[in-house]
Amino acid sequence: MKIPISYNIRNLIIRRTTTMMTALGIALTVAVLLSVFALVEGLRTSLTATGHPLHILVMRKGATAELNSSMTQEQFQTIKVKQGIAGLPNGEPMASLELVTVIILESPDNPSGINISLRGLTTTGFAMREYVRIAEGRMFQPGRRELVVGKGLAKRYPKARLGSKLDFGRGEWDIVGVMDGGQSAANSEIFCDLAQLASDQNRESGLSSVLIRATDRASMQALMNNLVDDQRLNMDAVSEKSYYEAQTSSAAPIQFLGIFVAIIMAIGSSFAAMNTMYAAVARRSAEIGTLRVLGFSRTGILISFMIESLLLCLLGGIIGCLLVLPLNNFTTGIGSFITFSEFTFNFRITPGIMLMGMTFALVMGILGGLFPASSAARKEILTALREI
Amino acid sequence: MTEAVIKTRQLTKEFIRDEFHVVALKDVNLTINQGEFVALMGPSGSGKSTLLHLIAAMDRPTSGDILVLNQSLRDLGEREMAHWRNRHIGFIFQSFNLIPVMSALENVELPLKLTNLKKKERIEHAMTALNLVGLGDRVNHLPRQLSGGQEQRVAIARAIVTDPDLILADEPTGNLDAASAQEALTLLEKLNRDYGKTVVMVTHDPHAASFASRVCHLGKGVLLEQEPSLAQ
Repeated sequence: MKIPISYNIRNLIIRRTTTMMTALGIALTVAVLLSVFALVEGLRTSLTATGHPLHILVMRKGATAELNSSMTQEQFQTIKVKQGIAGLPNGEPMASLELVTVIILESPDNPSGINISLRGLTTTGFAMREYVRIAEGRMFQPGRRELVVGKGLAKRYPKARLGSKLDFGRGEWDIVGVMDGGQSAANSEIFCDLAQLASDQNRESGLSSVLIRATDRASMQALMNNLVDDQRLNMDAVSEKSYYEAQTSSAAPIQFLGIFVAIIMAIGSSFAAMNTMYAAVARRSAEIGTLRVLGFSRTGILISFMIESLLLCLLGGIIGCLLVLPLNNFTTGIGSFITFSEFTFNFRITPGIMLMGMTFALVMGILGGLFPASSAARKEILTALREI
Repeated sequence: MTEAVIKTRQLTKEFIRDEFHVVALKDVNLTINQGEFVALMGPSGSGKSTLLHLIAAMDRPTSGDILVLNQSLRDLGEREMAHWRNRHIGFIFQSFNLIPVMSALENVELPLKLTNLKKKERIEHAMTALNLVGLGDRVNHLPRQLSGGQEQRVAIARAIVTDPDLILADEPTGNLDAASAQEALTLLEKLNRDYGKTVVMVTHDPHAASFASRVCHLGKGVLLEQEPSLAQ
């Protein structure tokens, strides 16, 4: 290539207004794309971080979520004595009967309220979720209307903060703790005592699901088969991890829309880059002719203008990445079509996503630069020298 | 015995401009020997610049032969022509044609980027060329920070930095005041006389032509007459 890159950089600096306008257009496109990817990545990370690899979720056959599943105490008694279930130090099996329902929580952004998952469970259920710890306050006490809220909710909903009261069911519930579930779905849920919730909701005989832990991986599949095959139960059994991973599909419409918008914007940005580069070629026609007279080949000219286009878009890519950086760890929520409740999670801007944004910017650089660069390379020397 | 460095035989260049068929050069037979300083003169449209462009391998003839430094330029492909120009030709433009974003030193170094020289060697060569044209103290100046005369001297330094066999100048004094033109012509004369460079210069100016050892007159694309310069 031989034509020094400093030649391209200085030309970009000299026409700094055009350079910045084009780069900003590209930056916005990259920012839109990265925001969508950061959202999906945050959701995916959160969902894949939820669950223990040996956990099995047992739900009514045909139920797609705990919310529309049902489970009786009798079924639970049958399940908890199955072979292959790990035990707690006190000898009790690691099996948690749970009730999942939704409550409506208002926020300044959503005055009409949004569905939030409320999970009733026992101390066994809480103990089985080792990735959840009480970050503030304390654990709820059995037999009391007490709640422990996920930190994501506490952050987003003023009404769900420690010390507040929530009014649902048969009375007021006190928020006595905030739990930190790492990146997991527990951050989007509210935990309370199973018996208290079941009583409040008149669902003592209609609970939701059972979470059990297998002793090891080898016995996990056998246990799941056993549960599914047991005619008395009429239950499905899935690994807890796969249950949550399947919910990543909630982000599919947003991902599709985001990518669609980004592609439309990218086409526009590529044209902007192309326009800028065509103007650069036209303005520097005599320089192109001079470089050819000095001995630089058509290929050298092509590469030089391509590099300039790539540098322009690289600048746009960097600005785009910087624009979305403040989004990193920003807590947001998304409605799940599976659980019919909001799932809170943090935007995650990973190095991989930034690399994807830069690659996207470079693709725009290639698309925008190819035609102007090849037109520069195709110019006949004398024609180029005569053009002003 | 002097060696012919440029030989044209029945050299013809035609092209279409605005739907009109133009004969820029017709059957030109010209021989220029090693070490000559030749001025090509003639009115506008006489074909002198076209002839210079064909010698510089910047364009291809319609018919006829052109042999420069024993190389038939008709036989060269695009890439070979570019390489050949870099190795053998130093070209000086009327409008200097310096790269505006590059300093004097970088402009002069530019043709050396196509050689195998290391950065340090390229700088040394460029500095030598700039010192030769008397601009050793202006190396970091951008073209816009130089006078027209200084710009043309940088252009001359760029033309000689690769130590080319031929120096071709297209109206090198056309955009200069009298004093700067005199400096530029003196430099070309020095390159021819002291360094043995073959120089071919297109000019309108009889004074500029007087620096040449031979003057070739063209009219309507035809080589009319050749005569020793008045100064000879």
